[in-house]
Amino acid sequence: MPKTKFAVIVFPGSNCDHDAYHTAKHVLGYDAEFVWHKETSLKGADVVILPGGFSYGDYLRTGAIAQFSPVMKAVSTFATSGGPVLGICNGFQVLCEARLLPGALIRNKDLKFHCEHVRVRVEQTDTPFTLRAAKGQVLRIPIAHGEGNYFADPQTLEELEASRRIILRYCDESDQVSEASNPNGSINGIAGICNEGRNIVGLMPHPERACEAALGSEDGLVFFESVVASLASRGALTA
Amino acid sequence: MSTVDAAVLERHGLKGDEYARIVAALGREPSLTELGIFSVMWSEHCSYKSSRVHLRTLPTQGPRVLQGPGENAGAVDIGDGLAAVFKIESHNHPSFIEPYQGAATGVGGIIRDIFTMGARPVALMNSLRFGPMDGEHGARTRRIVEGVVAGIAGYGNSIGIPTVGGEIVFDEPYAGNPLVNVFCLGLAGADALVMGRAEGVGNPVYYVGAKTGRDGIHGATMASAEFDDKSAEKRPAVQVGDPFMEKLLLEACLELMKGDALIGVQDMGAAGLTCATSEMGARSGSGIEIDVMHVPQRESGMSAYEIMLSESQERMLLVVKKGREPEVEEIFEKWDLHAAHIGFVTNDGLLRVKDHGKVVAEIPNTALVVEAPVYTRPMTRPAYLDDVQQLDVASLSQVQPQDTFFRLLASPTIASKRWVYRQYDHMVRTNSIVLAGMGAAVVRVKGTARALAMSVDGNGRYCYLDPFRGAMLAVAEAARNVACAGAQPIGATNCLNFGNPERPEIMWQFGEAVRGIGEACRALDVPITGGNVSLYNETDGNAIYPTPVLGVVGLIEDASCAITRAFRAAGDNVILLGETFDELGGSEYLKIVHGLVKGQPPRLDMVKERSLIELLGRAASAKLLRSAHDCSDGGIAVTLAECTFDAAGVGCEVDVPAAATRLDSTLFSESASRVVVSATPEQTDAVLQLAKEAGVAARVIGQTGGTRLKITVAGQSAIDCDVREAENRWSSVLEGFFQRQAS
Repeated sequence: MPKTKFAVIVFPGSNCDHDAYHTAKHVLGYDAEFVWHKETSLKGADVVILPGGFSYGDYLRTGAIAQFSPVMKAVSTFATSGGPVLGICNGFQVLCEARLLPGALIRNKDLKFHCEHVRVRVEQTDTPFTLRAAKGQVLRIPIAHGEGNYFADPQTLEELEASRRIILRYCDESDQVSEASNPNGSINGIAGICNEGRNIVGLMPHPERACEAALGSEDGLVFFESVVASLASRGALTA
Repeated sequence: MSTVDAAVLERHGLKGDEYARIVAALGREPSLTELGIFSVMWSEHCSYKSSRVHLRTLPTQGPRVLQGPGENAGAVDIGDGLAAVFKIESHNHPSFIEPYQGAATGVGGIIRDIFTMGARPVALMNSLRFGPMDGEHGARTRRIVEGVVAGIAGYGNSIGIPTVGGEIVFDEPYAGNPLVNVFCLGLAGADALVMGRAEGVGNPVYYVGAKTGRDGIHGATMASAEFDDKSAEKRPAVQVGDPFMEKLLLEACLELMKGDALIGVQDMGAAGLTCATSEMGARSGSGIEIDVMHVPQRESGMSAYEIMLSESQERMLLVVKKGREPEVEEIFEKWDLHAAHIGFVTNDGLLRVKDHGKVVAEIPNTALVVEAPVYTRPMTRPAYLDDVQQLDVASLSQVQPQDTFFRLLASPTIASKRWVYRQYDHMVRTNSIVLAGMGAAVVRVKGTARALAMSVDGNGRYCYLDPFRGAMLAVAEAARNVACAGAQPIGATNCLNFGNPERPEIMWQFGEAVRGIGEACRALDVPITGGNVSLYNETDGNAIYPTPVLGVVGLIEDASCAITRAFRAAGDNVILLGETFDELGGSEYLKIVHGLVKGQPPRLDMVKERSLIELLGRAASAKLLRSAHDCSDGGIAVTLAECTFDAAGVGCEVDVPAAATRLDSTLFSESASRVVVSATPEQTDAVLQLAKEAGVAARVIGQTGGTRLKITVAGQSAIDCDVREAENRWSSVLEGFFQRQAS
């Protein structure tokens, strides 16, 4: 049986592309391939990762220009047919700009970039990227962003809550979502969401930075292991 | 030529005798364009004319050195067929005038120096000096601090190179002249280093990157003059950075370097196109002919003079093999960059600049680069030294140890720098196995078992009191810091920040500091592979403290042996390596508590220092140590406290031997060559045995455990507080300065 294959999209200005690739391929031993943004095919990938970074230098708005890259048509087709897509940090911003996820990511409330480990609580486990986590499980994962303040209008927010599409929230030492535990001002402490079909997930934290004990946390592994398990359960592949 | 009079020369920062040398080198009067070219190449910043005679005395060779000074950056062999390529540079003057862009373009410039060598940049650090954040110039300083930190973050975060560590000091002499020194390290194949050479007659010369504008004209000349109240008017001479453009250039250049179409490359930093063309030609004894009409321009109507002297950022000059142009252009087009063919290599040794076919400058490259003036400037020992070196400790008022300890923890120089490094992406590339704030930065080398530790250190106050010993102490501290991470120091780079070299007292400080660096580096067998000199750091005639900053790189053979400053668990033994002496001269304690900058800096025995550094490496690689932390600012009291911070709440109870009759001297003395380590009870004997063999004084002073920090001196109680309380006083001091502003 072939190994699960990850496509890591590379926009000009992506800078966590190597990290996602390294984790999928060298830490976990899956197949991984970079896909340049000017390409129009995903090269038969089973999972697509839109990595972190500063695509197009964050010019205009974060993620605003990358949504027009040629490869995004293929990503969109892949996603609408149910393929698992994970947007991390700038990848999340691109997914929002491309309207594959609702809402927007605006500047952190203190207007400063934050790079640090945070605690996030898994809210939902029925997505391909969280099915191996336990509901309420708290993960220690780094964030690194200046614009991670999730915002959506009240109606969208209500929909997200009602349809259980908020999958990660920032939480404190006692696992509670609080003002003090919120690093960027995100509405309802949102750190990650999914689409209606639950196959497209956007996260501000960087799970690929938390997959090795040497880096101080392995809590990010669950996102990669989940999607591999999810594909295996669909009978398409084995890990 | 009648265009050149005294006023023109002054505007170009050239002296009368220098003009005479230009005429002699050309055999005729220069044109205005030629004069401009000479003025930037012969500026202090580019020519090192005041410092060169001293720099020549530094040790630059060693078995690991692959590239010493003279190229865009130095390189050392780290095994596995790899080289560590690194350098430190200053961007002091631009950062004072325009903090965000000044600091950002400093980062951009040092990154280009590294990837120009064919190396993938993997780590950034910085060494910063500002004035006090309160008091007379507090508001201005806070604005500069916010701008510099945001500029470093804005550039480094965007381009995706982690800022993994550094140091920040706050002291009065930097209020009117902050220091922004940036360090970058990259990895390259040891046999794949790329040089800044222009070889092969007829080979095409390409210009790639941002378009040329009028920004930064005479930036190098500005960096070679003192500040006065007109400095703000020089703002147009500060460039604007574009990290996205540089990210594209970085990726495109590294992709091009994988093939063999490239001959040489150099970035256009200080003195822009002029420096890149003449240095590349001079290094290989060739000439370069370009026509400025082919140079992509951002503004209309630019003259050849302006194009040659512009310091617009994110531009590279490349020489490629003739016939390979299509593949070169294809790579740049992939990255949406335009590579402009602006000229070719010649065999006449001349820099020939044309404007629409008409020759506007024709100068031998050697005249610009090799034959630039070299001055042996007069040196005089400053008179102030006799006074400031006198310190009568007995006259100091007695202090309450715990209150004093708390005051030191809250000193901005000692306090946690989390407010700063949290703004830097210090984890991208997933190599940071020791996170910022935990000691020397440690970056693993993927694909190998190894890791590199790095530290930047300097102490201007020590150098003010004794530049020779102060500079030696800077080398020792940086080397000791990487040793505390478990590394063997293998190479160093220096950034020498001083005042006006035309003043004999400043030149004496410079000469003494370089002598100190040389002596310390020779004693440790750590070669200097490159660096940067920043002179004229004065505002309204007041010089900064002489501030040599050392960046030391160390090698850890097995990355899993890396250690940090923090205690790991209760029940370990706390061991003090080295001895504490009655040495309060130049200490943070003396400054913060008694308001004095006096005395002699701590003594330094290089034989003992080397033994200590080697001992740390041996003990760490045998996995005998659980933590290691250098004793420096604030003495052993602050060091022990820092061992308990970020340590999951593990405290300690120790008894320190008395170094003097006064308690303050034992607790806060900054004696050199000391390290606090911790080890399990089972491994303690092995550590002590190794120390004995190395001839390093070692003593178990207590144990880790509990939630309190208890320090007694020869049985007499000195400090007894909750670790949380101490940590709270230390952890958010910097935030406090800015929150107060916001409210």
